[in-house]
Amino acid sequence: MDIFAGLAHGFSVALMPSNLLWCLVGCFLGTIVGILPGLGPAATIAMLLPMTYSMSPASGIIMLTGIYYGAKYGGSTTSILLNMPGESSSVVTCIDGYQMARKGRAGAALGIAAIASFIAGSFGIIALSLMAPPIAAFALSFSSPEYFALMALGLALVVLLAGDSLVKGLIALLVGLWLTSIGTDLFTSQSRFTFGQTSLLSGLDFMVVAIGVFAITEVLSSISDQEETQVLPVPKGLRNLLPNWEELKACRFAFANGSIVGFIIGVLPGAGASIASFISYGIERAFSRHPEKFGTGLPEGVAAPEGANNADTGGALIPLLTLGIPGGGTTAILLSALVLWGVKPGPLMMTESPDVFWGLVASLYIGNVMLLILNLPMVPLFAQILRIPVYILHPIIFGVSVIGAYSVAGRVFDVLMLAGFGALGFAMARLKFPVAPLVLGFVLGDAMERALRQSLMMSQGDLSILISRPISAGMLIFAVGVLFLPLLPRFRRLKEAAG
Amino acid sequence: MTKSIFRDGDVIAGALTAALGTYITVTAARWDVMGPEGPGPGFFPVGYGIALIILSLILIFQRFTAARHTEEDRPFDWAGFRRAAITWVAFTASTGLMPTIGFYISFGLLTLFLGLFVFEKPLKKALAAGVLSAVGFYLVFDMALDVALPAGLLGF
Repeated sequence: MDIFAGLAHGFSVALMPSNLLWCLVGCFLGTIVGILPGLGPAATIAMLLPMTYSMSPASGIIMLTGIYYGAKYGGSTTSILLNMPGESSSVVTCIDGYQMARKGRAGAALGIAAIASFIAGSFGIIALSLMAPPIAAFALSFSSPEYFALMALGLALVVLLAGDSLVKGLIALLVGLWLTSIGTDLFTSQSRFTFGQTSLLSGLDFMVVAIGVFAITEVLSSISDQEETQVLPVPKGLRNLLPNWEELKACRFAFANGSIVGFIIGVLPGAGASIASFISYGIERAFSRHPEKFGTGLPEGVAAPEGANNADTGGALIPLLTLGIPGGGTTAILLSALVLWGVKPGPLMMTESPDVFWGLVASLYIGNVMLLILNLPMVPLFAQILRIPVYILHPIIFGVSVIGAYSVAGRVFDVLMLAGFGALGFAMARLKFPVAPLVLGFVLGDAMERALRQSLMMSQGDLSILISRPISAGMLIFAVGVLFLPLLPRFRRLKEAAG
Repeated sequence: MTKSIFRDGDVIAGALTAALGTYITVTAARWDVMGPEGPGPGFFPVGYGIALIILSLILIFQRFTAARHTEEDRPFDWAGFRRAAITWVAFTASTGLMPTIGFYISFGLLTLFLGLFVFEKPLKKALAAGVLSAVGFYLVFDMALDVALPAGLLGF
């Protein structure tokens, strides 16, 4: 199936009334989640995943992905009106967005954010449609050693980019690998790290871990960092939400910058939308004729980061769908969702599950239009969500989390584990350990161990199989290089000191 | 520097993860690590267990060497930590109560408790939030979606 035939098939799936409805539900929920500070798309998708078990895989992934990119649209509203990011990827939007709102241009700032998100989001989706098939075709030649090397490379890139400390990122990753080892070994039936608990023989469920370290942790952190906030007013009427011609003209380079930078950064595992928005803002400022005015309420200071964090979605879906490698916490949950529905993300997904693959890609085009329509005229309505008191909101998140964890196997044991992972996530957040590597280690650990053991069975225990095949050798060398990259400045300093 | 380096978060975290790494390595070493048919169940855990010990020691070492230069002593937000800890204990306790009093009552009680003691709302407001949240969840998840949730002695 070529790209255009695939897209045509995808639109026939995505335009089915039920899928259109789920796409709208996902985008709507995503926008709300994006607006609410302290509740991210990863936590929401994790909480809602058990409720999608009865849906078809295409409908389920369309809705959950709608939450993922819808949150990026919604995040800007909180940044602009509250000077507090609704999403981590909207941090940069606070800088100029809030200043525009203080000058009485809140409507224009929200309008620019929505337009930039639409333009860059569309660019990311088109690039995804064009690039995914050739990458998948290339990956068809992969065997166990290449898969092991690919996962090692993905994890190496993630820990490098996930936080300030490489050591903490690696420790979090290894703890994730340990958590995924808990249970019965599939090759030998040996029970591993079960502490004599029969409930642990089947292993830890990903949903319990993900809801715990994302949703429960976010609530605990939010309660710990209690802050008083004041929402700036949103002008009513669509006309007041549209930027004027001068503002749009000033943003033309920012739209292109956000689109390209966001997509490229999105493809890299671990980089994520936050880094994309920072880099895009930095480039915008570096090439501006008036860099000194950034931070005072420039429309291009809103357009560049908002564009970048939306173009990132298309990029991030490429390694997820074509290689089965998630680049961050949210895409790791999407990967688990696909596996739970019996869909195997990877090079064969396009041919084995065309409804899911092309249906999802087509739904991104549709969802992007839905979000533009939702986010322009309905922004004043969405802004009211920010007025929900936390003493009502936080218990609701707890309640939905409990339902999500309990739905996995109908055991209170899983809910207690949920509380445990909430505490672990909170402790990690306080100690500045990144959570994303732990989740990725948990998601990829099992497949990585399987690929490694299958490779060594193929070679009868000879580790050289991993470096004797050119593709796996190349990826492993790159992975090791990536891990050593942060040490280069230190070596240079030591050399200078010695010299 | 007023705080002992041994009470530093990185040092404590490093010590805990080093202990975890030791446990993983020692436990996994008892299983088949490498057999005639290839690697056994202990192979992968032994590898990442050793890596965990090494990285934990690096984390501790880094903190000791960095402390000499920065000597910084950031105040810990005990009030915020206490709020989060009370919330977590209440959440865990409500989970433990679920088999006895059921999800809806334990959830209502949790909402009431958090409203009163964590968010310091008046009793009327907290009570209203607790009752309305529990009823709302019952209507959505039990009546509309028919989701099976832990039932207590009262049957719901």
